[in-house]
Amino acid sequence: MQIPAPFDYARATSVADALALLERHGPESRIVAGGHSLLPMMKLRLARPEWLIDINDLFELDFILRDGNQLRVGAMTRHTTLLESAEIAGLFPIFADAERVIADPVVRNRGTIGGSLCQGDPAEDLTTVCDVLRGEAVIRGPGGERTLAMSEFHKGPYETAVGQNELLCEIRFPIRPRSGSAYEKVERRVGDWAIVAAGAAVSLADDGTIDDVAIGLTAVGVSGTIAESEAVLRGEKPREDLFVEAGRLAALASNPIADQRGPIEYKRHLSDELTRRVLRSACARAAVSPSPTTQEG
Amino acid sequence: MTITVDHPANPAAGDADRPMGYGRIQRKEDPRFVRGKGHYVDDIVLPGMLHGAILRSPVAHARLVSIDTAAALAHPGVVAVITGQDLLGLNLAWAPTLSADVQAVLVTDKVRFQGQEVAFVVAEDRYAARDALELIEVEYDVLPAVVDARRALDPDAPVVRDEIEGRTDNHIFDWEAGDAVETDAIFASADVIVSQELVYPRSHPAPMETCGAVADFEPIDGTLTLYETSQAPHAHRTLFAIVAGIPEHKIRIVSPDIGGGFGNKVGIYPGYVLAVVGSIVTGKPVKWVEDRSENLMSTSFARDYIMQGEIAATKEGKILAVRTNVLADHGAFNATAQPTKYPAGFFHIFTGSYDLQAAHCTVTGVYTNKAPGGVAYACSFRVTEAVYLVERLVDTLAHQLEMDPAELRLKNFIKPEQFPYLNKTGWEYDSGDYERAMRLSMEIAGYDELRREQKEKRERGELMGIGISFFTETVGAGPRKHMDIVGLGMADGAELRIHPTGKAVVRISVQSQGQGHETTFAQIVAEEIGIPPEDIDVVHGDTDQTPFGLGTYGSRSTPVSGGAVALVARKVREKAKFIAAAMLETRPEDLEWEKGRWFVKGDPSVGKTIAEIAMGAHGTVTLPEGIDGNLDAEVTYDPPNLTFPFGAYICVVDVDPGTGHVTVRRFIAVDDCGTRINPMIIEGQVHGGLTDGVGMALMQIIEFDEAGNNLGGSFMDYLIPTAMEVPNWETGFTVTPSPHHPIGAKGIGESATVGSPPAIVNAIVDALSPLGVTHIDMPCTPARVWEAMQGRARPPV
Ligand SMILES: Cc1cc2nc3c(=O)[nH]c(=O)nc-3n(C[C@H](O)[C@H](O)[C@H](O)COP(=O)(O)OP(=O)(O)OC[C@H]3O[C@@H](n4cnc5c(N)ncnc54)[C@H](O)[C@@H]3O)c2cc1C
Repeated sequence: MQIPAPFDYARATSVADALALLERHGPESRIVAGGHSLLPMMKLRLARPEWLIDINDLFELDFILRDGNQLRVGAMTRHTTLLESAEIAGLFPIFADAERVIADPVVRNRGTIGGSLCQGDPAEDLTTVCDVLRGEAVIRGPGGERTLAMSEFHKGPYETAVGQNELLCEIRFPIRPRSGSAYEKVERRVGDWAIVAAGAAVSLADDGTIDDVAIGLTAVGVSGTIAESEAVLRGEKPREDLFVEAGRLAALASNPIADQRGPIEYKRHLSDELTRRVLRSACARAAVSPSPTTQEG
Repeated sequence: MTITVDHPANPAAGDADRPMGYGRIQRKEDPRFVRGKGHYVDDIVLPGMLHGAILRSPVAHARLVSIDTAAALAHPGVVAVITGQDLLGLNLAWAPTLSADVQAVLVTDKVRFQGQEVAFVVAEDRYAARDALELIEVEYDVLPAVVDARRALDPDAPVVRDEIEGRTDNHIFDWEAGDAVETDAIFASADVIVSQELVYPRSHPAPMETCGAVADFEPIDGTLTLYETSQAPHAHRTLFAIVAGIPEHKIRIVSPDIGGGFGNKVGIYPGYVLAVVGSIVTGKPVKWVEDRSENLMSTSFARDYIMQGEIAATKEGKILAVRTNVLADHGAFNATAQPTKYPAGFFHIFTGSYDLQAAHCTVTGVYTNKAPGGVAYACSFRVTEAVYLVERLVDTLAHQLEMDPAELRLKNFIKPEQFPYLNKTGWEYDSGDYERAMRLSMEIAGYDELRREQKEKRERGELMGIGISFFTETVGAGPRKHMDIVGLGMADGAELRIHPTGKAVVRISVQSQGQGHETTFAQIVAEEIGIPPEDIDVVHGDTDQTPFGLGTYGSRSTPVSGGAVALVARKVREKAKFIAAAMLETRPEDLEWEKGRWFVKGDPSVGKTIAEIAMGAHGTVTLPEGIDGNLDAEVTYDPPNLTFPFGAYICVVDVDPGTGHVTVRRFIAVDDCGTRINPMIIEGQVHGGLTDGVGMALMQIIEFDEAGNNLGGSFMDYLIPTAMEVPNWETGFTVTPSPHHPIGAKGIGESATVGSPPAIVNAIVDALSPLGVTHIDMPCTPARVWEAMQGRARPPV
């Protein structure tokens, strides 16, 4: 049994209560959601919060809601819910692609999208998913609510724009017609963190050309999406040679480190290979994606 | 009157459902496990029990400058803090290992590996104990570490064991087997020689339950009760008597339910000794249970063999000879569990299943600044390494000769009529029919069809591989005249008692860690005396309750204790004949046995069942001279030879050409473990071992950085396989009983762990061969496979 350093514990009853508890217990208090990132760090004594503010009773943050041309996902939505949601599967197949390879069922039953994003682990998968879907983070704090683009949300490895006394409440995703998305990850074993993963989202214009595209890479030191690769594709009809070029540029943009998962050149190779793969499937999915009217129905 | 016991080999028992003996019956221990009612060391709670925690070194090699325990002692709830200096006073700072070396219980002079035990805190609860560890202040003077075994013998390498008088290097032993001159002569004139360096990297068995102990020293009468995660309770008791100076009759070792051992729980770890010291010092029971990282970083690892192998053959594919030089990394203390004469275990079996003309090996053991151990993870005393060596070499030869690897093996197998077969390192293989097993495996696999499929796929640029491994193991250590561990002969006892109503209890010296002893051993008794297995209780794991013996590892339970149990049951059966004769007022020689009863020859209606005889024995019947009034017996079984299980494994993999990711698509395992007692348990052992094999082949490695930091200290970094990585196992079997074993059984516990890694690696190399790949070392992670595909395969160490 691995034993964390001593800590105190409080259970929040609402978002307002959680914010008040954070305020009251000061800088050494931490939110716990699914606990699947925080508790392992505490057990290894890499994290030593003095207070845990448990937000697992905040069912108000556990939702998937279609709101006009946005999809709103509450921060306490569990990985399993994201994996199993038919609504999400229809709109953003990239979620199921990614969720299927995040950890294992036990972790997915508890871990949340909010916790994943706030943890900011460089190998964390949902960050790339939210980046390429051009999500927005809704954060509440003592000063009220603010909405940030993902590019402003991330501040580097293990750092986000969410202040110690703030709460990530939801993520909003724009819904676009004729769009498709995909994610692919290479891992040493099921449940392991990515060696490298790639995600892509595209939307097509009426003439079949690529209207918008976003490409992201996981675990190779890239923050945000990869503009160089995207530029190659925008305005063009999906084509293999363009995917190849986008892959090449993605590998150039990647900035991996060597570790037990693999050497730098392998990770660069995967950045290329996986970028091509996700572009192929995202474009294929976009081509058969239902028109906006049927989506509403 | 004398009771004679003969050793007839029982005929093979297949899958038949025979509730009075062998067959597929559910495990008697499972009701408690599936209901969560298993009782493990950590479930033990004694009145007034305290809790211990170990402070471990963060560095691999350092002089210990000072330890300040004052703040820890002052921490609320802390009862004692014990350091190496305290142990020096008790003469307990160093303890003997199972390999004639010593290991520090707590560091006194210098740290020799990361995670080594530095101090022990005893507190009222485990939280206080753990928190107090952080309050101990230790000053280390860090030294350069020797991490790479290949550099360990360099003249300028730091000396790990400079406390040993006169020691100026890291050399532990040189050992050899076979005939060097003969072998070199054959190599000198052979048509074809293939050489390959093969690394079997360090891995760790990582049993689900980590190691732990509860020590209860009773100061008034000086008795020690020690509950431990031990695969060898009796051997531990003797060693504790020697180490701690407590008289052996005052020590009771109890191994309750054990959550997996795989060799990890054979040795005596500092934590066990510290729990005992803690109990002596505080006068209260002390529990110590290590956490996962402690288990991975400080307890017995497995493998760590760097093998230079060579195989010689004629150009027609007749294998002539094998030779190898091995560098064995034993870590900071030589603490492997081996029979004394065999510092490289039974590595002799690198001659494999082939009729060779010569063979030779040398093994050099070295110290490094890494955790000690070396025999673990179902390796059958280094048989794993040996089998991997020869099975990879045979495949590289097949590749060189452009021969089908199955065909090459079939051409070179030892023939059934050659058994018993004396191999070139001096071991006598008991029995085998290798071709039959190989052909069965190929038939289940649809081998020719697989090759056809592979050809088609290759034309499309797909990477599919088919790998074969044919292994012969040597297990069941062992004959007392050759085999002992720290002077204790490797025999095992058994005691059988039939209660008056015909129910029985059999007491054995081996200790289950999940192998199903409570079922298997009941079935052996049932088969021999014909009462149902559910009427037979199997007692194990408590030195006060069981006869002496060396415990469970190296697949020795069935070969050794299984023999003991069969013989003790036969002794009872024989005794029952005399009692039945008295009850029937006839002569023993007029009686005939059928399963469960003695009856009068020629008049089957007149007889006595075992239950009736048991009641008779305890009743008022006048017993013949020399037969006392019970139906009990005991034996100690000294096996005449080892047993030699074998198997033919075929693995099919697909490799993603873009990512190097390997999928094990199919795995066919045909095993021959001689007589099959419970086929369901056998299959379970095989399934588990195959899964281990996938782990070793694809992902498992305990790596170190240059400073000696362990990079595999948690399940985040040290990967073990899940259900997702393994295919639906396809198993088959042949039965070639061991001629010298009382029931013809050979042991199955480690076959699949031993046999599967080479099949998987051979399949991966086969898949990559169109790219010119001839070898890849384990673990075949996507990155390492991809590097091999680029022509840059590199050893893991
Ligand atoms: C064995 C294992 C394997 C894993 N594999 C993967 C994988 O392959 N890919 C992957 O992406 N992830 C993986 N994870 C991580 C998993 O997805 C976690 O669940 C997730 O990263 C964190 O979610 P959580 O709800 O558990 O967060 P917690 O652990 O509860 O919290 C994480 C951090 O976020 C903060 N936080 C949580 N919620 C909020 C909020 N609403 N507002 C502000 N701050 C908040 C916490 O204070 C903490 O600092 C794995 C985890 C484990 C244990």
